[in-house]
Amino acid sequence: MAAPSVVVIGAGQAGSDTAAALRSQGFDGRITLVGAEGVPPYQRPPLSKQFLAGAGGGGDLALRPASFHAERDIEFVARDPAVRLDRDARRVALASGRTLGYRHLVLALGARPRRLAVPGGGLDGVLTLRTLTEAGRLRDAMRDTGRLLVVGGGFVGLEVAATARAAGLAVTVVESGPRLLARAVSGAMSAHLLAEHRAHGVRVLLSREVAALHGDGAGRVREAELAGGERIAADLVLVGIGAVPETALAAGAGLAVDDGVLVDRHLRTGDPAVYAIGDCARFPDPRTGRPLRLESVQNAADQARCVAAALCGAPRPYAALPWFWTEQFGLRLQIAGLGTGHDRVVTVGDPRTGRFSLLCYRGERLLATESVNRPADHMITRRLMGAGAPLPTPRQAAAPGFGFKEFRQTAAV
Amino acid sequence: MAKITYRHPNGTETVVDVPVPNTVMRGAKINNIDGIEAQCGGSAQCGTCHVYVDEANTLPLPAMHESEDDVLYGTAAPRRATSRLSCQLPVSEEIDGLVVHLPETQS
Repeated sequence: MAAPSVVVIGAGQAGSDTAAALRSQGFDGRITLVGAEGVPPYQRPPLSKQFLAGAGGGGDLALRPASFHAERDIEFVARDPAVRLDRDARRVALASGRTLGYRHLVLALGARPRRLAVPGGGLDGVLTLRTLTEAGRLRDAMRDTGRLLVVGGGFVGLEVAATARAAGLAVTVVESGPRLLARAVSGAMSAHLLAEHRAHGVRVLLSREVAALHGDGAGRVREAELAGGERIAADLVLVGIGAVPETALAAGAGLAVDDGVLVDRHLRTGDPAVYAIGDCARFPDPRTGRPLRLESVQNAADQARCVAAALCGAPRPYAALPWFWTEQFGLRLQIAGLGTGHDRVVTVGDPRTGRFSLLCYRGERLLATESVNRPADHMITRRLMGAGAPLPTPRQAAAPGFGFKEFRQTAAV
Repeated sequence: MAKITYRHPNGTETVVDVPVPNTVMRGAKINNIDGIEAQCGGSAQCGTCHVYVDEANTLPLPAMHESEDDVLYGTAAPRRATSRLSCQLPVSEEIDGLVVHLPETQS
């Protein structure tokens, strides 16, 4: 009988880390890592920042060296997305016609950018940013254009806006909600980012919708039309309005799907042989019990290790603390925890200095720390929250002279 | 090119030649050395490329920037006097022979 085999579908951060973690945790069966793209796994965060700014080619983005898969006896299948899953037969079919049998299957399918569903949304020069290919396309297009319209004030949109503005483009951001990064940060942090972008010359329009895009005779975008009639000239449009989890393969195989492949606290689907992790998975938040889907490097990397541990015979519920980061105009925002549902914010430090943290509380409980250029606050929050150690109360945090470093010392954790 | 030694928590070590320019973090990544995660890719954000520089080291390492110092407040393994973020240690001929110890855990 063949050694137990694991097939990992999706070669992004989550999939690649799963394969790597299986080997480093001692798994000695067959591992097959299946990717839809033609390149080995790469880092995504630089795509909207350093890569877009022109620094470094694709090779610098590689998550692991070229020799990695061969050295660890991992079969890496490129440019061959999975198209059908037969759970009864424990086989997955790839686009090429090849089928792979498995003992365990890990779905790390990721997410795809949401399209802008307006007239003209398919014109040339209307781009999204998720993959290296898309990033290359955007980078090339930015060289030939002067006016960029960014639709969406989330992480991707704001990072691209900042990179493009720093490169000298005229940049307009149109966000349909009343504030920037609304799903990820507090209102006060949204306001700070808004001021930062405007100070750098980005035109930001809030609570405004793009109604249509208009092109020239050759089918290339030239202008956006907002609901209400205002027109914005643009030679390039970056659509950053969120992403849709890739769930078709799971749904087609009868697995439960609800804006993500549904998994339990061990990241397992309803089929004990099938796990789902990373951007495509919706798992119970260990802190609230509510279903949660996260798109982040941290979540992908930690879920990969969690699944690998389970497949190596050491299952443990997924409990990693979420954290995120973004960089815009040299401003480094780091978020530890999830602030959703906070009812008050305590400011530590002085926002006017460009170095401060916003502590998001629900009652007495610290839910998240949002740090701008104060990495110690971020790191100490992560460490204390992750360990379940005491955290500063709102009163402690609001006291003059409060500092996380001193707090951690006195807390002796 | 500089020779860098990565000593694992179990006492074994991996010695590799790392091309210049690179960082001690990248030196581990491009040589498939387990024990360095570098989740943030080397931008001093995440604290998962933590190393302990060998105590006997006399090679010229760059002074610690404030943000590196800040990140080291939250590493998963205990911070020591010899703690550094390996993404902030550039590899040059001058640090040929550097020995770093990998911590028990990075996250």
